[in-house]
Amino acid sequence: MKCINEVKFKFPAKSSNEAFARGAVSAFIMQLDPTISELSDIKTSVSEAVTNSIVHGYLGKGGEIYITVKIFEENIVSIKIRDKGCGIEDIEKAMEPLFTTGGDERAGLGFAVMQSFMDSIKVTSKIGKGTTVTLKKRITKNDP
Amino acid sequence: MLELEFNNSVLTAHLSGELDHHSAAVIRKKIDSKTEALKPKTLKLDYKDVQFMDSSGIGLIMGRYRQMSLIGGNVEVTNVPPHLKRMFSLSGIDTLGVMK
Ligand SMILES: Nc1ncnc2c1ncn2[C@@H]1O[C@H](COP(=O)(O)OP(=O)(O)O)[C@@H](O)[C@H]1O
Ligand SMILES: [Mg+2]
Repeated sequence: MKCINEVKFKFPAKSSNEAFARGAVSAFIMQLDPTISELSDIKTSVSEAVTNSIVHGYLGKGGEIYITVKIFEENIVSIKIRDKGCGIEDIEKAMEPLFTTGGDERAGLGFAVMQSFMDSIKVTSKIGKGTTVTLKKRITKNDP
Repeated sequence: MLELEFNNSVLTAHLSGELDHHSAAVIRKKIDSKTEALKPKTLKLDYKDVQFMDSSGIGLIMGRYRQMSLIGGNVEVTNVPPHLKRMFSLSGIDTLGVMK
């Protein structure tokens, strides 16, 4: 499949950047004329992945988060969110709804939300090296 | 982002704007310090004006549910707008009996 547009950016893993990250992705995707609900699904999923990198990947100690957004033919959007944090030992277990290593204020729902709000999610991770989450969604074509 | 109101042992928290891990941490601290001081019977979380929310908005409810249980109080969640319904149903939070 042919990539027709692409943007890359990185930013420090601070919680004050969560709004920036989902806002930047959503601004880039606007060119596809998504519905309000598609945009909200994407913003929510990006917020989940970025929060995970900050809270779990870097354990709140900071680091860099890298995001690549690609637009492919047929209105397919791919968003890659990468950290160089601690990595995930058992990805399958981490993705189970309600599973969390994050304590009382985490709901354990981040992966469940990404799975439900996007068309596909791929997670790769290496202990001590970091985690990459790739989210894909097809935007419905709003034919005039 | 947060307005607190205390009336007849009910502490109402009107939430507004974007609810993510960053803003939820600020909101949680404010609610918890008020709860500690006032010891309300009920903590009402009003979601009416929440424009955006990720799963931190659910974590906020679960955390307050635990806090209120400790002082023998309960939590009520009110006015969840239509655009947040999918997140709420996915979370299964209704099994806590807090949805009003
Ligand atoms: N980027 C990451 N780096 C390390 N661990 C992660 C990362 N993302 C997720 N995890 C692990 O997966 C678990 C589940 O994540 P999630 O479903 O988002 O729930 P929550 O964030 O509420 O814990 C986390 O508690 C954590 O153990
Ligand atoms: Mg999470």
